[in-house]
Amino acid sequence: MDFLATHQPDLLPRNRQVPAQGVVEAPHGTTIVAASFPGGVVLAGDRRATMGNLIAQRDIEKVFPADEYSAVGIAGTAGLAVEMVKLFQLELEHFEKVEGVQLSLEGKANRLSTMIRSNLGMAMQGLAVVPLFAGWDVDRQKGRIFSYDVTGGRSEEHGFAATGSGSLFARGSFKKLFREDLTEQQTITLVAQALYDAADEDSATGGPDLARRIYPIVTVITDEGFRRLTEAECSETVRAIHERRLEEPDGPRAALL
Amino acid sequence: MSTPFYVSPQQAMADRAEYARKGIARGRSVVVLQYDNGVVFVAENPSRALHKVSEIYDRIAFAAVGKYNEFENLRIGGVRYADLRGYTYDRDDVTARGLANVYAQTLGTIFSSAGEKPYEVELIVAEVGAGPEDDQIYRLPHDGSIVDEHGSVAVGGNADQISSYLDQRHRDGMTLGEALKLAVESLTRDTNGSERTLTAEQLEVAVLDRTRPQQRKFKRLLGRQLSRLLEEGAGADASDITKDEAEVEEPGSGD
Repeated sequence: MDFLATHQPDLLPRNRQVPAQGVVEAPHGTTIVAASFPGGVVLAGDRRATMGNLIAQRDIEKVFPADEYSAVGIAGTAGLAVEMVKLFQLELEHFEKVEGVQLSLEGKANRLSTMIRSNLGMAMQGLAVVPLFAGWDVDRQKGRIFSYDVTGGRSEEHGFAATGSGSLFARGSFKKLFREDLTEQQTITLVAQALYDAADEDSATGGPDLARRIYPIVTVITDEGFRRLTEAECSETVRAIHERRLEEPDGPRAALL
Repeated sequence: MSTPFYVSPQQAMADRAEYARKGIARGRSVVVLQYDNGVVFVAENPSRALHKVSEIYDRIAFAAVGKYNEFENLRIGGVRYADLRGYTYDRDDVTARGLANVYAQTLGTIFSSAGEKPYEVELIVAEVGAGPEDDQIYRLPHDGSIVDEHGSVAVGGNADQISSYLDQRHRDGMTLGEALKLAVESLTRDTNGSERTLTAEQLEVAVLDRTRPQQRKFKRLLGRQLSRLLEEGAGADASDITKDEAEVEEPGSGD
C-alpha cells in the first residue's frame, strides 16, 4: 500500500501512535483451525469474542475470504484484526486489478506477515493479532496453510494448524483424528470436531449454540475457489457430531496402539 | 528575443482538439452495449497482454481507445481512486458517476493546460445496476466533457459510423449472444463499406454481468467460451452459458 502511505497515511495501522501505557479492554477473538485434504483446504473458526471474563459477542465472524483463492481467520483483538483483514483484502484486489494477475500464494502469505509485524507495538500492549492463512496454490495445485506469530514470523503448516486460546486443545484433537486421505466432507467434520474439543476445554472458545442456531463458520478453498458453507450445511455437520457426543461426550476414540 | 506569433484561444483549442481527434481516430474502435443481464464490452484487440477493457471496481468497468500509455495511466488512477474510496467509506460508495467526474477533471485539466500535450484518449466508464434501467454508461472524450449514454456506444476510429449502425439496430433486452453478434457486425464494417471478418482471437470481450453471484461483476470472456458465444450468435439464449462457466473459469479474477 505504498500509495496509501504517501496519500492517506492515517489510514494505515502502522502510522498510528501506540498508546503509551495502560491496558485496554477490547473484544478478543479466540480459536481458528485449518486442515488440508487432497483437493484443497478447510478453514474454520468459532463464533465467540471475549472481553476479560465476559462474552463480548456470541456470533462474531472471524473467517474472511482474502480473495478468490485464499481465506484468513483471525484470533486476537477483534477490532484491529478486522481492519487488518480489510486492508489485506484491499491490497490483494488492488494488485490483481493493476497488474492483471493475482499474487502468488507465497506472496500473499508474505504480505500478511509484514502487516502483522507492523502491529508489534500494539501487540506489546496486549492487543495482538495472530491470524491463520489458508489458500489454494494455483501454481502447485494444492491447498496450503500458513500460521503466524505476533512478530510476523511465518511458518507453513502441513496437514493441520490452529491458533488462538483454544488452539492447544484443537491441535490435540487434530493429532488423533487427522489423516492425509480425508475427503472434503470428512475434513469439514474434522475441523468441527476440533472446534468442539477446543470449546469443551477452553472457556473463551464458543461451542455450537444449537438453541440460538449459531454454528462455527466453515470455509472451503479448492481449485474452484473460495466457498463458505451455508448455515444449513454447517448445522447438519454440527448436529451429527452433537448426536454422537450425547453417547460419547469425549468424541471419537483413536486406536491405542 | 523573438516575439511569439499571436494565436487566438479559439484557434489554440481547435488545434489541440484536432490533434487529439486524429490520434484517437488512428486506432481500432471499442463498442459497449447494454444487454438484458448487464453490459458487454467488445474491442478489436489482437494483444492478450495489453487490455483496452478492464475492471475498476465491483460493478464498474473501463474501456478506452487511443494511446496505450495514456489510458493505462488513467486506468490505474481510476483503480486507485475506487479502491481508496471503497476502503475509506464503503464498497457501495464507489460509483461510475464519481469516477467519471474524476476522469473528466483530469482530462479537462490536461487538455487546457498550455504546458502539456492533450491526451489522445477517449474513455467509457460503465456501471451495471440491479436492473437494466439502473445501468449507467458515460463516454469521456479527450477534452474532459462527459456524455451520458444509453443502449450502445462506440469510441475510436470510425466511431460515428459504428454508432449510427448500432443505434439503428440495438434494442433493449437483447441477450448476450445477440448483443455480441451486433457488436462484432458493427466492428467488421470498414469505412469504405466493405466487410472484414473478425475471429475470437482478434477480439477482447468482457461483461459486467449483474447475475454473477460474486461481488465483482466483471468477467472476461475468453477462448472456447467466446467462440461458442460468437457461433451461437442470435440463435440461442447465451446468458445461461456465462452463468455455468463462471464457476469453471477463474471466478472473480479480472486478469
